[in-house]
This record gives sequence, C-alpha cells and structure tokens, in this order.
Amino acid sequence: MGKKIVVKMMVLLFLSAMMLTVSCAKKTVETDPSAGIENQGSQDGLSAEEIARQRALEEERLREEALRNAIAAEREKFENQDINFDYDSSELVPDARMVLKEKADFLTRNSGLTITIEGHCDERGTTEYNLALGEKRAMSAKRYLQDLGIAEFRMNTISYGEERPLVQGNDESAWSRNRRAHFVIR
Amino acid sequence: MVFITRRNTTNLRDTTNFMVALNSCRFFLLCGLLCILVFFPAVAMAQHAYINIKDPLIRKIPVAIPFFKAVTGHEEEVTLGKNAVDIMSNALDFTGYLFVMDKGAFIENPSIKGITGSEINYKNWTVIGSELLITGGIVEQNGAVRLELRLFDTFKETLLIGKVYTGHKEDVKSMVYRFCAEISMLLTGKMGVFGSRIAFVSTVSGNKDIFTCDFDGGNISRVTSFNNITMSPAWSSDGNFLSFTSYAKGNPNLYIRDLRTNKDIVVAKKGLNITPAWLPGQFALAATLSFSGDQDIYLLTGTGEIKRQLTKEAGIDISPCFSPDGTKFAFVSKRSGTPQIYIGDTGSGSATRLTFQGNYNTSPAWSPDGDKIAYVGIVKNSINIYVIGANGSGLTQLTSGQGDNEDPSWSPDGNLIAFSSTRQGASRIFVMTSTGSDQKLLFTFKGAQTDPTWSSASGNK
Repeated sequence: MGKKIVVKMMVLLFLSAMMLTVSCAKKTVETDPSAGIENQGSQDGLSAEEIARQRALEEERLREEALRNAIAAEREKFENQDINFDYDSSELVPDARMVLKEKADFLTRNSGLTITIEGHCDERGTTEYNLALGEKRAMSAKRYLQDLGIAEFRMNTISYGEERPLVQGNDESAWSRNRRAHFVIR
Repeated sequence: MVFITRRNTTNLRDTTNFMVALNSCRFFLLCGLLCILVFFPAVAMAQHAYINIKDPLIRKIPVAIPFFKAVTGHEEEVTLGKNAVDIMSNALDFTGYLFVMDKGAFIENPSIKGITGSEINYKNWTVIGSELLITGGIVEQNGAVRLELRLFDTFKETLLIGKVYTGHKEDVKSMVYRFCAEISMLLTGKMGVFGSRIAFVSTVSGNKDIFTCDFDGGNISRVTSFNNITMSPAWSSDGNFLSFTSYAKGNPNLYIRDLRTNKDIVVAKKGLNITPAWLPGQFALAATLSFSGDQDIYLLTGTGEIKRQLTKEAGIDISPCFSPDGTKFAFVSKRSGTPQIYIGDTGSGSATRLTFQGNYNTSPAWSPDGDKIAYVGIVKNSINIYVIGANGSGLTQLTSGQGDNEDPSWSPDGNLIAFSSTRQGASRIFVMTSTGSDQKLLFTFKGAQTDPTWSSASGNK
C-alpha cells in the first residue's frame, strides 16, 4: 500500500515538473528577440582577427563534417552495395569481383572494422538447399576478400537462404537481386 | 467385392457376448481411464492384407457407416454418437483406399434395428454396393462413455472386428482412431495414420515457428515461439523429441526439444547446424554442420554430441533421411555440379548417386517400406514432387501444373505423402496418396505453411 502511494506521488511530481519545463520554455521564446539584438551588437564590435579565427574554425568544422559525411557515405555504400550471383551458383561473377575490390580497399583503410557477410538466395530453390547455397555465397565473398589481404578474423559469415529476400517478386529481376551477398559492419 | 484370405471362427461369437457386455455397461462406466476391452480374440489376419495400398490402380472399397445406436437415448449420448460417426467417416475417407458411402442410400437402420451380426440383414447392405459395414453403439453416463464398434464384411456376412472402448467422453476421438487403426491393420497390414501427428512450419506475424497437428489437420498446437526463423522439424521415432533449426540466437543452430519437458538441447557450432533427421528407433540423429568450413553430414547423439562424420566430399552435403532400418541414408549433394540425391551407407559413408534426371533434385524422403524415395525436382522453374525407387527405378512425377510443390513427407503407413504447395496462393499443407492421386488441402491456418513432417503412428503429442 505504502509503496503504491509513493509511486503515485513520484508520478505526480514528475508530471508537474514536466509542466513547469514546458511553461519555462515558452517564456524563453518570448524574451528571445531582445537577447538576439544584444548579441548582434556585440558581434559588430569583433576585431578582424577574431573574425578570421572564427572563420577558420568554421572551415575546420565543415571539413571535418565533410570527411565524416564521406566516411558515412562510404560505410553506407559498403553496407548497401550487394554482390549478385547466378542461379544455383556461388561463383563470383566479374562485377562481383570489382565490388569486392572496392570493399577490400575500404576495409584496408578502416582496419578497425569487422564485418558479417550474409549469403542470400532467391525463392526458387528449396529452403534447406538454399541455406547451404547461401553459406557458399557468403564464403566465396569472404575467401576473395581474404585473397585481397583482409584478415580472416575480421569477417563472419551467415546464411539466410531464401528467408530474407531483398525484394518481393516472381520474376528474374526480383530473383537476381535476391541472389546476393550482403555486407554488414559489426 | 472384398474377400477374406483367412477366417477365424472365434470372430463369429457375436450376439450373446455383445448382449452380456451391454448389460454390464454400467460397471464399465465407473472406469475413468481410457481402456480397451477386447472381448473377441484379435482377428488374426495381419499377415494377409486385403488390399495392396501401393497399387496405383487401387479401387476404393465402399464402406457404410450408419448412425450409431444411442443405447439409453438421451441427448448427450445422441450427440456424442453423431460426432463419433463424423470423426470415423472423415478418418476412413482420409486413408485414400476407403470410400465412405452417402447415408441417403441406406435401407436399414441399425441404430434402431440392432447393431450385432444377428440383427443385420446383410442383403440390405450388399444391394446398395456396400462391401464393409461399421455399426456402433454408445452409452454415456455422467461423462463416462462406453463405445462398442463392429466391422462387418457384408458379402461374406461375417464380423471382422469387434471392440468395446470405455473412458471419458473427451476420449471418443481417440477411441474411434484406435478402431480405425484396427481396420487399417486388417485391410492393409499396417496401423495406418491414426494417432500420428504432423509437424509443420507456419509464419506467424511474418516469422517462422513450428506447430503440430493431427494426421487429418485437426488439433493444431504451437511448439516454438521464437518469433524468428525456425524450420526443418524432425520427429524421433518415439515421438518424444522434435529436432529443428532456429535462428533464435542469431546463428542457424540445431535444437533437440524434449516434447515432454519442453527442454532444448542446442547444437550451436560455427556456421550451419541444419537439416536434422533421426536414426529410426534410436536416440541419435544426422544433421549438416559446416564448422569445418565445408558442409558435411554428421551423426550426433540425441544429446547433440558428434559421434562421427557421414559425408566427407567437398561441397554441399545436406538433408539426410534414413532408410527404415537405418543402414542407409539419402541426402542431397552438389558434388556432381548440381544438387542431386545420393544414397549413403551409414556404416562406411560411401555414397552412390540416385537421381540423374534434371539439374535440381533435393529434399529426399525415404518411404516407411524402404522401397521408394520421394523428393523435390525443379524443371524449368516448376517445383514438383517426384518419387523414385531406392534402386533408381520407376521415376514418377506426382504433382504437376499446380504451383510450387515442396517438402514431401511419408505417412507412417506409406500410403500418403504430405507436402507443401502454393497452388492456392500462400503455401499450404496438402496430402496425396503415394501414387499422386487424391491431392487435397489438409487445413487452412494463418500465415503460410511449409515443411510438413509426419510422425510415426505411435508418435505422442
């Protein structure tokens, strides 16, 4: 009984605190315009030296952001660009080898990253056989990356067979996209 | 016409025994547990079956099942009797070798006239084409039930089987199934499908979990609730264990579930731990493991320890299934460049190729008689069930032109094959005879159903 009352009190306290926060925030907004004007005034008084320093800082920030974006884009590409396979095959086609070379470059430049390679199949095979085929696909990709100098311990494989198709569909365009190895940074 | 190959005169002690039994029924009502009282010596005909269920030109035997006699006649008893007739009609119709006749044709009403041999005018049944006749009498009192059932050969005018079952009213279904199993044993020399269960995979909110149902699709119950990818159920011979693969912990691991305690043993080696198959009559199973970097079939103990490696060739080796005596196993290998069925020797591991037609043959299922292997073949994007002799002869296509058909599994008597098919859209479980006839939907259920796997006849729930 006692516990329940304490809990109820705490909930009430929390709710009233929330309401206070909300009303405070509103007040701040109301007083903002005048504060903005004051700041503007002081900025006008900055020395040229100070402005240059700030500009340099801003440029530095932008450069870092661009680099971060580039790395993020690279990571995204690494994870989103699948390699595809022929029907009932785990052999790497020329296109797949090209993509894997890019992935090896990325992994070389980002030597701290470890990855999981997922093997997938289209829906046309039988489910159990596709589990095996999916693993063969993931292992083909792993072996090729190993040949390109990526340490084995950085790469895991898992097969999802036909259980997780990328796209739904009953035609070759859907099937060919689903016959893939997918790369995930751990 | 059905002909009896051997007659046991003790079968004919009909009328008096039944009357005595009927009068003493109140005593039996006190008996709470389901027990069977055989008051005729078992009909010694098992060694000579009436029909060969493997015959592709099998003619269905017409059987008449008139309404059962409600002995005391109260409402509950009448309802139970009607239910029992329905259960029996559906069960016998399911066999594929019996044809349950329309009651509209019946001339005689044993529920009024009498259900014993002396009370039956066999001519009234032969004239409408009935070759077998089943009569029943039911007594219900305070939830206790006494059900007596008789099977007659109407042309020979003889009683073939007579049994009395007592128990709770909830037991009526299993009483009927036990009688059906007796009929099956008499007619085919096998216990049939009655009492067996089918495990299958169904998608529930998008994820695959394992369920089981009765042989006829009824009584569905859920086995796993991983809400992940769970597949490939495999029954142990005694029905106490179900092995399967699940991604519940991320990796495709092998589970060995004791259905009596719901406890799991998990084989979680690096890579694949998939496609389990129990060694008949033993607490041991085969499965594909890929921890070595290659996918090979291993023999495991029932507790998941590796006993030895069964395949050693490089490349895909999966989906083992044992011959009934366990000395051989069929499996899928890509060693020739395409997936094909091979037969391996359980002792030596040496293997020979079984299938040569087509570029994609998988999912073998060895028949309970040991002479045939059902499998899935893909020809021009068409996925169908085929059957081939264990010696490579007699290749036959069982399904065609109706969606994708996968995952064949034999009924314990070898008369039926369960499979999954997309012929009606989402994948559903279907059943057909071993010759491909009488293809029918087993049940409808939410999601998509795949991977039906039949337990042995003695399998528990």
